Amino acid sequence: MVRPLDVLVCVKRVPAVGAEILLTADARAIDTRHLGFTIGPHEECAVEEAVRLVERAGGTAGVLTVGPPEADEQLRYALSMGADHAVRVHAPVADPDPEATAAAITSALRELPPYDLVLFGEASADAGHAQVGFRVACALRRPVVGGVKGIEVDADRVRLRREAPEGAEVHEAPLPAVAAVLEGLNLPRYPTIRGRLRAKKAVVRVVEAPQPVGGLRTLRLRHRSEAHAETIVLGRGAAAAPAVADVLAELGVVR
Amino acid sequence: MVLTVVERDGEGRLTAESAEVLAAARDLAEELGVPVAAVAVGETGDLPEDLAKQGVAQVHLLQHELLADGGPACTGEALAGLVADLRPTAVLAADSDRSTEAMAWAAARVGVPLATACTAIRPGSGDDEWEVTRERSGGILLEDAVLDAPIRFATLRPGAPSPSETAAADEVTVHVVVPELDAAVPRARLVDRQPRAAGMTLATAPVVVAGGRGVGSAEGYAVLEELAGLIGGAVGCSRVATNNGWRPHSDQVGLTGTRISPDLYVACGISGATQHWVGCMNARAILAINTDPEAPMVTRATWAVIGDVHEVLPAVVEELRRRSGR
Amino acid sequence: MSPLPDRAQVVVIGAGIVGNAVVHHLAQLGWREILLVDKGPLPDPGGSTGHASNFVFPVDHSREITLLTGDSTRQYAELGTLTTCGGIEVARTPERVQELHRRMSSARAWGIDAELISPAEVSEKVPFLDPTVVLAGFWTPSVAVVDPLRAGELMRERATAAGALTVSAQTEVLGIDTSGGRVRRVRTDRGDVDTAYVVVACGVWSPRIAALAGATIPLTPAVHQMIDVGPIAELAATGREIAFPIIRDMDPLMYERQSGPDLEIGSYAHRPILVDPDDIPSLQAAALSPTQLPFTAEDFDPQMEAALELFGEVLDRPDAGIRHAINGLLSLTPDGHPLLGELPEVRGLWSAAAVWIKEGPGVGRLIAEWMTDGAPEIDPHAADVARFAPHERTRAHVRARAAEGFNKTYGITHPREQWTSDRGVRRSPFHPREEALGAEFFEVAGWERPQWYRSNAHLVDELGVSDRPHEWDARWWSPIIDAEHLAMRRGVAMIDLSAFSQFDVRGPGALPYLQHLTVAQMDRPVGRVIYTPVLGPDGGFRSDLTVVRLDDEHFRVITGGSDGARDLAWFRRHLPGDASVALHDVTSAVCTLGLWGPRARDVLAAVTEDDLGDAAFPFATARWLTVGSVPVLALRLSYVGELGWELHAATESGLALWDALAEAGRPHGLVPAGIGVYGTTARMEKGYRLMGHELDAEHGPVEAGLALPGLKAQDFVGKAAYTKAREGEPEATLCTLTLDPGTRRRPQGGEPVLTPDGRRITDRRGRPSYVTSAGGAPSLGTHLMMAYLPPWHAAEGAGLLVEYLGERYPVTVARAGRTPLFDPDDTRMRG
Repeated sequence: MVRPLDVLVCVKRVPAVGAEILLTADARAIDTRHLGFTIGPHEECAVEEAVRLVERAGGTAGVLTVGPPEADEQLRYALSMGADHAVRVHAPVADPDPEATAAAITSALRELPPYDLVLFGEASADAGHAQVGFRVACALRRPVVGGVKGIEVDADRVRLRREAPEGAEVHEAPLPAVAAVLEGLNLPRYPTIRGRLRAKKAVVRVVEAPQPVGGLRTLRLRHRSEAHAETIVLGRGAAAAPAVADVLAELGVVR
Repeated sequence: MVLTVVERDGEGRLTAESAEVLAAARDLAEELGVPVAAVAVGETGDLPEDLAKQGVAQVHLLQHELLADGGPACTGEALAGLVADLRPTAVLAADSDRSTEAMAWAAARVGVPLATACTAIRPGSGDDEWEVTRERSGGILLEDAVLDAPIRFATLRPGAPSPSETAAADEVTVHVVVPELDAAVPRARLVDRQPRAAGMTLATAPVVVAGGRGVGSAEGYAVLEELAGLIGGAVGCSRVATNNGWRPHSDQVGLTGTRISPDLYVACGISGATQHWVGCMNARAILAINTDPEAPMVTRATWAVIGDVHEVLPAVVEELRRRSGR
Repeated sequence: MSPLPDRAQVVVIGAGIVGNAVVHHLAQLGWREILLVDKGPLPDPGGSTGHASNFVFPVDHSREITLLTGDSTRQYAELGTLTTCGGIEVARTPERVQELHRRMSSARAWGIDAELISPAEVSEKVPFLDPTVVLAGFWTPSVAVVDPLRAGELMRERATAAGALTVSAQTEVLGIDTSGGRVRRVRTDRGDVDTAYVVVACGVWSPRIAALAGATIPLTPAVHQMIDVGPIAELAATGREIAFPIIRDMDPLMYERQSGPDLEIGSYAHRPILVDPDDIPSLQAAALSPTQLPFTAEDFDPQMEAALELFGEVLDRPDAGIRHAINGLLSLTPDGHPLLGELPEVRGLWSAAAVWIKEGPGVGRLIAEWMTDGAPEIDPHAADVARFAPHERTRAHVRARAAEGFNKTYGITHPREQWTSDRGVRRSPFHPREEALGAEFFEVAGWERPQWYRSNAHLVDELGVSDRPHEWDARWWSPIIDAEHLAMRRGVAMIDLSAFSQFDVRGPGALPYLQHLTVAQMDRPVGRVIYTPVLGPDGGFRSDLTVVRLDDEHFRVITGGSDGARDLAWFRRHLPGDASVALHDVTSAVCTLGLWGPRARDVLAAVTEDDLGDAAFPFATARWLTVGSVPVLALRLSYVGELGWELHAATESGLALWDALAEAGRPHGLVPAGIGVYGTTARMEKGYRLMGHELDAEHGPVEAGLALPGLKAQDFVGKAAYTKAREGEPEATLCTLTLDPGTRRRPQGGEPVLTPDGRRITDRRGRPSYVTSAGGAPSLGTHLMMAYLPPWHAAEGAGLLVEYLGERYPVTVARAGRTPLFDPDDTRMRG
């Protein structure tokens, strides 16, 4: 049975980095002077899934972020992919700690109209705390499943597929529910021109919510020191095959 | 007390990741002059034996029918209840999906922060202020952070220094704890589980042969499969391959795919962008095959062959077959 | 990684299309030990070549750019890296339709096949385009897409195969050592290389690299946005990279082209987004590449709307996604032209920067020829990196003009259009008086020069001058110019000429030094004013200027404002190595006021006690006078064909000079006159040639009608070619044409000259006949045009056609050669 669904996707504005990440002078953040911003691949899949669920069942696909006004850019990106409304919980800083983020989302969700399903990415692409969705679920007393790579909604229940060490699992939860999803859940679409123009005109609803500072405070970021031995070039083209075979033999991997 | 959440594998034995966390917990507990206690879900099984080897003398076994699913809500509730009773100094767990999820729920329930993906945890000079080092941006960056809480929740990434030798515990005291789980605890029920097909998984394979843009097509992976078969490896791919539909996402190595640490990683036609590199950088050794001698994967590899995948791999396969007489 | 050679004949920095083309052509011309370095990897080091849209539209209003594009197109084709697809510039507005007519004129002038087509014909060629949005299309069948990365690889391969080239990628240039004003060494992170020549072909990084040698390459990186939308079934079905003509949607300043299954949309419409060369991220830190910056979507939104209007049929589909979107970097210069040639600050340091993909291979050849022979086949006048005045090389100026110029990329730019940013940087001492008189200031090399004075508006009716009825003809023009002209011819006018560039040449070597640089005999008595062409080694014009012998070993060189910097660089470059000649730029020390007209002597006589009579002060001589209490160097000559003087005074005395003359001139009806008279109407009536218009490297003095009666014994640059030209018949003759009565339209310059039956005219060397200058001739009652014509058309009285904005107008060859149409015997200025 299909009934209209109200889905909300929580996304985070993160820098789109290159191979080398530059840090600010105080080393507390990534130097984003030359960088654009994006939402992580997990979250892109979450947006895609929300749009697909609503395309099938009807309802609404919302997108929410906690951040400064610049984060509207990411909300509009999600809108251009097909989300139909956007909420920004105002935060003065770009990267609040996970407790503050969870508190803000929890508080906003209590104010906003109810959603059947709230989707998170498994972890943000920058801080990677991997916990906001679970904190929100705990606070709102909602069932939650992480690592989700498949979502099916059937009437008032949702079936969530994930990979576990023991194998592929399907979890079933009553709605409303929370899920943290993984890239691979789907192949996200690119925004259309029409979608972008619609997104540009859309009004982002801005809500205020308390964000008590949590107990995890960044002191500094640094680069992982990479032990860097010189690469041994075994050769060029097919002529390198014997040398490769020698290495494989030496490693003892040849069966 | 340093309370350590431990997990068991399909055979009921302590996982390697949990053993690593216990080692870290021992070091920490020694520095603090407090004991280490373990907490696990389920029946006693071989756990006391495994824990004894780790020098752990106390284990709390959470037992409740609602815990069978391994869902974060019930485990998290139970853990939070135990923490409320024991008031440990710190609660540590491996950085696995299951532990992290339960830790997140429990930390939320207790009302304390959780530091995930940590590579180090140190008591600070202040009362509550400890310091952690954790991975960010998929491990490209490290973050030094203050963990300011009366009870410090942290999950630890694998790959910490080899566990220090320790004296085995003479005896392991098992405390069975039946948490008070309200049936109304919101939870998802496990309704189906398809056991993993026999064979190697990408995450656990000792050798991974992965292909990227340079493989060129779905069909191009045949020679990778062949090599993997000869050297006992699994086949992986980069994000380009997934996006082009050449391989399923489950084969993807990288930040948003699988992060692996095989003994040997054979990177075929993979340039080594950050997104991919963080997925394979824990490999013990890397053999890169690439036309571009300046590609990041080549410059970071242990060994490299400069050339086209479809020239090099068939020759390697032929050479291996020749040597083995097959 | 192999170590670098210890020394190289030339080090080319930058392995984009330009650097690759430079090494290829240097190798072809016999250079060896060429070293090509780039900080990035090959084949795509991360510069603009790697993300450019790679299409080539051959028609440009500029002949120089058109020639470079044509040469490049042939080279891309020869390398097998060119796909011809055709292209259409579409007009949505009547103004643009007129501009497309103008482009047709340019196409005809430069001999490029093109056609104006109807909306229906546009949609026949591009079926998924909405023809109802379009008024007309400018169809160029030879528009093509090229592969500059592959072309670059092939060029490297050829130079390497010739044993001429070493390539070192991922090599960062850390320093360029100079001594004695010359390049000596390039320092890199892989070792140092001794060399006497360095070519900076670093695109957007060029300013940084030049700065390592203490030199300036005045460009700024700027954003050009582009997106790819797809997949689009109609495009995918072609199975080709490009199968449909490229559309330039000119009015919204954008283009659309097929790129495989996608439609690529590029924009020159957004706000100027300038980036500092120091702020370009490294290859490692950039998410895509250093020159593909994060897309700023809001800047592109209007283009999306415009694209939907034209291509809604294929773009407004749910599966047509925006798959790629970048803020691509390109190089912008203060005047929109490339930066080519040896840098004026350092000998041996060459710039090959600010070059589009469509010009890259041609620029490579041009630079290589220039380095080898001292003169390239294509005249690099407008692109010469030495063309900038000091303030024009500043960051502030470059950014101001680049910001202003960006939206002109697809804009409609009137040939006389003035810049609005960073004005008022160079003002003559007369400026306050000029402002008070309502001067309309035009700019040259930063100088503010009155083009006409509103204070003279009353003369328009008094003298019966008519306005131009057509807006385009009258844009950046005023009938006051014609009125000032007539007032000068009737009485007397004074003209601010302070923008002249002036150099003092002194020392025991001064005479031989100048002899070497000029065609005319310099060994004339002290006090002589000598007009002379200055030639390049190939005998084409480098400049034309006036030399005054002030003393035995002291000369004053006076040249035009717009060519001052280029000429100064040329003169500096030829200074002898010893200290026998001192060259000083005295431009800022001297202000100049021209006083001309039948009453000029009366006016000047009123303020000086010196004898101005013909015997005491004959034509073509210079003397020091005292005007009031101001010492003045007076030159008896004229560019307007009237009796009078150029009066040169110390800058600080300029106002006193102006006021004295203005006061003395009142009873004589003295009017201030602008450059409209000096540079166009009076000059053209007298048949005088203007550098950069009639005079260029493609033509020498013989064809320009400026050959001197005698050939001096001394050697000089270009003498061999000049001598040869004197001995033969010219392939073309510079002619003055009159517009036949019956039209009120006024061609502006740049138009093709056609045979009476509408065929294009070229000379035996393939050089086209086009209007080099055009302007009113109030004293002759006609409109004049100058053009080089081959001998069989250069017959006085012959009728021809000039094509202007889509119409053809009959013209008559009024003069072949230099004899003026107005006062042919020069009696007025000699009188």
